[in-house]
Amino acid sequence: MFVELNNLLNTTPDRAEQGKLTLLCDAKTDGSFLVHHFLSFYLKANCKVCFVALIQSFSHYSIVGQKLGVSLTMARERGQLVFLEGLKSAVDVVFQAQKEPHPLQFLREANAGNLKPLFEFVREALKPVDSGEARWTYPVLLVDDLSVLLSLGMGAVAVLDFIHYCRATVCWELKLRILWRRPSQPAVHRDQSFTYQYKIQDKSVSFFAKGMSPAVL
Amino acid sequence: MTPSEGARAGTGRELEMLDSLLALGGLVLLRDSVEWEGRSLLKALVKKSALCGEQVHILGCEVSEEEFREGFDSDINNRLVYHDFFRDPLNWSKTEEAFPGGPLGALRAMCKRTDPVPVTIALDSLSWLLLRLPCTTLCQVLHAVSHQDSCPGDSSSVGKVSVLGLLHEELHGPGPVGALSSLAQTEVTLGGTMGQASAHILCRRPRQRPTDQTQWFSILPDFSLDLQEGPSVESQPYSDPHIPPVDPTTHLTFNLHLSKKEREARDSLILPFQFSSEKQQALLRPRPGQATSHIFYEPDAYDDLDQEDPDDDLDI
Repeated sequence: MFVELNNLLNTTPDRAEQGKLTLLCDAKTDGSFLVHHFLSFYLKANCKVCFVALIQSFSHYSIVGQKLGVSLTMARERGQLVFLEGLKSAVDVVFQAQKEPHPLQFLREANAGNLKPLFEFVREALKPVDSGEARWTYPVLLVDDLSVLLSLGMGAVAVLDFIHYCRATVCWELKLRILWRRPSQPAVHRDQSFTYQYKIQDKSVSFFAKGMSPAVL
Repeated sequence: MTPSEGARAGTGRELEMLDSLLALGGLVLLRDSVEWEGRSLLKALVKKSALCGEQVHILGCEVSEEEFREGFDSDINNRLVYHDFFRDPLNWSKTEEAFPGGPLGALRAMCKRTDPVPVTIALDSLSWLLLRLPCTTLCQVLHAVSHQDSCPGDSSSVGKVSVLGLLHEELHGPGPVGALSSLAQTEVTLGGTMGQASAHILCRRPRQRPTDQTQWFSILPDFSLDLQEGPSVESQPYSDPHIPPVDPTTHLTFNLHLSKKEREARDSLILPFQFSSEKQQALLRPRPGQATSHIFYEPDAYDDLDQEDPDDDLDI
């Protein structure tokens, strides 16, 4: 996780907010550093994380995670991280008959109306386990990214329905944090909008106010 | 004082805006955008209707019931009949809790009521319905619901119906928005400038020309309305109070600042091509000691010193 971004968002792993939906949008640039930031942030906050990764392989996120100080492999082994590797599962679902509905079932169907199987996968992954003691602080859903669902043929309304159900069941019932990524014009709320510029370095990101000259950096 | 009279004892101007929006009945379209949200105004209208003693139904699709009821006191909350289509609108959980027919079924059921009590139906949101239902179906149902009280042949036993529809303009194309707009008796478009919200209100009274006006307002935390004059002409350009102004000259490798002496010297400098009164005087007055340069010329034998014919080619 990037400490400067934490400072800007005024948050630390110990006191992150629950029950919120965060949308990460990038337009004409690559915002994937934000995904890596939040993934490592919530793993460090000892949250149960369900990561629906449709863009990159597990090893990609794992390598970046190591630079940021988290081990995705270990998190997965101890049950903290539920990882849906979209690229690998897509091959499975298309070339092998499935007995039960697969989260990416819509790839097999000509007229897939909805993302209900994917939602059910998420709900199952983040359901609180009755093991007597609370191992993890609170659940987090991370999706990277929503535009892939649109490219794969799901209608915008189907994606909106999926978000709706994740919000309703998971954000409201289970008081989770949901993070999405999709490319679009950023939606800025009138009351709280801050604009910063950023520069990505090898292991960190630095943020600075708009208008600073590159000669200063 | 009856509750409705008590409700009307607010400020005169506040009454004008909310009352005028609810007075006509029929469909009231609240057109909002990401930048200027309309749910607060919807809630203000809901509160107003409840205080006037009307029966208020909420079709909640977009936000949870908890979130919608937030900000209303228990008196108002007790008068709201909330139809929850947020938790499981598409019946994915396969329990039988969901209202059969979904939000459209609930809306159709409201067409069949026979109460003399005036009723207000708040759709949160109309956009949610428009994205998932065919536009024609939705328009037909909306027309049927909002015009129940004006059916010919029916005695006036059915009370006035107001349908408040929240529409997110940016989600829809001009066709569906135009269709809904033509159905609406009152259309409110939310906008604003420099942090100040405004409502452009278009009223279509039967057999009269449509009237429009723009009203600046803000909504207080208890969802009552505060009318305002609008942004002042000489207000400050909007500056972000959260980002402290950064001085870009702090870390430069060269010096951009002037010391006091340097500043004075700069200010007293006269530019070479600037025509000032001192320069004018200097040019007009011959300077003493000016003729300090002489030209010494030794004429050659062939030089012609005749100024009148320097080329020596006049044949005189």
